[in-house]
Amino acid sequence: MERVPILKIGDILLVSIQVDMSDQTALQLQEDLAERIVATGSHGVIIDITALDIVDSFVGRMLSTIASISKVLDAETVVVGMRPAVAITLVELGLSLNGIRTALNVERGMELIAAARADDLGHSDGVDDAGDTDVETTASP
Amino acid sequence: MTAGIDLGQPQVQAIRSDEDVVRVRQLVRTAAVAAKLSLVDQTKVVTAASELARNTLVYGGGGSVEVATVDNGLRRGVRIVFADSGPGIADLELAFTDGYTTGSGLGLGLSGARRLVDEFAIDTGADRGTRVTVVKWAR
Repeated sequence: MERVPILKIGDILLVSIQVDMSDQTALQLQEDLAERIVATGSHGVIIDITALDIVDSFVGRMLSTIASISKVLDAETVVVGMRPAVAITLVELGLSLNGIRTALNVERGMELIAAARADDLGHSDGVDDAGDTDVETTASP
Repeated sequence: MTAGIDLGQPQVQAIRSDEDVVRVRQLVRTAAVAAKLSLVDQTKVVTAASELARNTLVYGGGGSVEVATVDNGLRRGVRIVFADSGPGIADLELAFTDGYTTGSGLGLGLSGARRLVDEFAIDTGADRGTRVTVVKWAR
């Protein structure tokens, strides 16, 4: 069985799905991601599906489940790079991708995560400084 | 079901595992390209095939698929036949309801697949398993 690699970039985990995943591979990715979120303390997950030429109900459900799991583990998930034909097909299939944030590309996905993080921390002073130091400052008595 | 002339030998693939579902997607993609389907239509028919192949595996206990490029005189298309000798579908109307499932899925496979193709026929029974035939035509 193939395994999808998970890269850590700063505070974010990046998953770029480059293979036509079997259902087992998709389930494995779900587990691997949950473990990596906890192990790294990441607050954001970006799933890049640029290379996927279809998203069926199984993969769609996997994306929703990953978003829910990461939410519980204090991480925001953004799915990026969906092809237009995939979006059209998903809607016709009847899949709504509940609870999933999407962005056009990785860069916008990172901005979205930074913004969501800043909101969570109750900051209104931009998205650039929503790093770990701020968390510690606000957390100390 | 519109009769069409088969172009070349249909491709047959067993559906016995997860990896076979991936192979079915690839076979259908190749046939859809050969039939000159648009990118959106290729995506739709491959997605439908993925749902139906998974149904054959999960609910039918495995089976086989036959993928053919067809021509009805006006247009080319892809015809895919999924067959299993599983328990059959007891209540077809219910099985076609969005969100209804007897398994752990989303209940979109059968109903969603039907929306994604141009022709859809199903023959099912406890004594003969399930046979689903779909066709997607090039526009």
